[in-house]
Amino acid sequence: MERPLTQHIPENGAALHLREYEAVGGYTALRKALRDMEPAQVGALVKDANLKGRGGAGFATGVKWSFVPMNVPGPKYLIANADEMEPGTFKDRWLLEGNPHQLLEGMIIAAYAIQATDAFVFLRWAYKDAAREMRRAIADAYTAGYLGKNILGSAFSLEMQLHTGVGRYMCGEETALLNSLEGKRATPRAKPPFPQVSGLFGKPTIVNNVETLSWISHIVNNGEAWFKSLSYTADGGTKIYGVSGRVNKPGAWELPMGITMRELLEEHAGGMRNGYRFRGALPGGASTDFLTDAHLDVKMDFAGVAAAGSRLGTGTMVVLDDHTCPVGFVHNLEHFFAQESCGFCTPCREGLPWTEKILWSLENGTGEPADLELLERHTKLLGPGNTFCALAPGAMEPLQSALKYFREDFEQHIKEKKCPYAHHQH
Amino acid sequence: MLSAIEIEKITHELQQVPVKKAACIEALKIVQQERRWVSDESVADIAAMLEMSTAEVDSVATFYNLIFRQPVGRHVILLCDSISCYVMGYTVLRQRLHEILLIGYGQTTADERFTLLPNACLGTCDHAPALMIDDDLYRDIQPADLEQILEKYH
Repeated sequence: MERPLTQHIPENGAALHLREYEAVGGYTALRKALRDMEPAQVGALVKDANLKGRGGAGFATGVKWSFVPMNVPGPKYLIANADEMEPGTFKDRWLLEGNPHQLLEGMIIAAYAIQATDAFVFLRWAYKDAAREMRRAIADAYTAGYLGKNILGSAFSLEMQLHTGVGRYMCGEETALLNSLEGKRATPRAKPPFPQVSGLFGKPTIVNNVETLSWISHIVNNGEAWFKSLSYTADGGTKIYGVSGRVNKPGAWELPMGITMRELLEEHAGGMRNGYRFRGALPGGASTDFLTDAHLDVKMDFAGVAAAGSRLGTGTMVVLDDHTCPVGFVHNLEHFFAQESCGFCTPCREGLPWTEKILWSLENGTGEPADLELLERHTKLLGPGNTFCALAPGAMEPLQSALKYFREDFEQHIKEKKCPYAHHQH
Repeated sequence: MLSAIEIEKITHELQQVPVKKAACIEALKIVQQERRWVSDESVADIAAMLEMSTAEVDSVATFYNLIFRQPVGRHVILLCDSISCYVMGYTVLRQRLHEILLIGYGQTTADERFTLLPNACLGTCDHAPALMIDDDLYRDIQPADLEQILEKYH
């Protein structure tokens, strides 16, 4: 089983430095792209490979790149979205800390494909080790001639900067990230125009996730057929999956795209801890719908998880066990989303704190039967199409599915006027 | 008044960006690095330097969780309160921190040693519960570990 993205990451958690990266074939894809390929050929290759974005939305990367107008004068930008603030998600940290040059090489090739002049790594504040490694990797890449003017003697030049955020979930949203990088509040922008046409400082801009960009050098080196062959399903490549919660071995693993939830949970995460039963999981971070034990054989790819009524999202699963209150679990999530709402549009700004308040009252024994209907209404009023960006619709996914699958728990709170779980926490 | 070193660092940032406003977040970070927090006076000073209104700089400063508009202690404790840490028992840690430090969220100990803040997902969910003190990340914490961890910070 191949693990292209993580195979060279040292076991001790240290970063792979430039010389070590070069020793395992690092930067050969960049040489190949600059020497043998036109920018459009790189884009076409990524499009043919059907690489889908690993940040959560799953949009086809090559298609996204193809929207960049190639014949406009002035700067163009390429940004690695390394904000990773979705609760339950910790996969990009592994790549950033373990193999920073893999990301850089992917970024430089991606920048070549869209003829970007400047690139940024937008890194979240809390990733101190990643910041140190990225800073060093960028400096080393400049010294080695992989960045700067006339890279490896070609006509292509690229400047690269590391930007560390100051903590706000909204920064992970593509257009909010652009505002933040421009020194503003991280509120989302209206689309169209899409960032590919008018992004950072009004110039064409591509924003891709860290895991997505880490693929580029491998696809250039090995081709689209190889990429597709790594997967069990129609969505090519491997995926970095993760599991957290009360399992025996929480962690992250690079596995073929399309492995089942059961394999992930039982073989890799080692099953539930003794005395705990699996009740459900958010398959891809805090903004995805619960799946339950009826879905254990669902294939963890974009289509498979969608068919089961959820989203692959970031592929990092949060497990709900039978000792944890589902209402408390959802309350924690809605507290997060209410707090991190940028306040820019009314349904999100007003609706999320209201949702949180209802869940708080259920947990504290003052919930009423009408509250469940009110929560249901919120899941629709804050759903897709009613808000400016995807934050509130994402926040409604765990709630709507909890109301569906764990209804009896909500009702029990109202009936007993208390949280029925021993380890009541809110 | 911005210090000479703050002015020098902000001037350097201004050279990296096409419009002055774009250095706003970096300027706030620089001042906070020097003073631990960003006062009203500093907001006004940054505004003057970046040719922005005070309100505009303040709107940016107050938007971001990790720009502090009130004084904080010598060490800032960020307790992860996100879902994986919830499942793995962060609320017990929160309770224990309240007991040891005698402060709640958003408060600073009387000796100005610690400020305690909640923090959304530290991205180390496979080692929950987690917290950060200044630049140091602590993972898989048991409530009994807390006192020993805190002892390292004076």
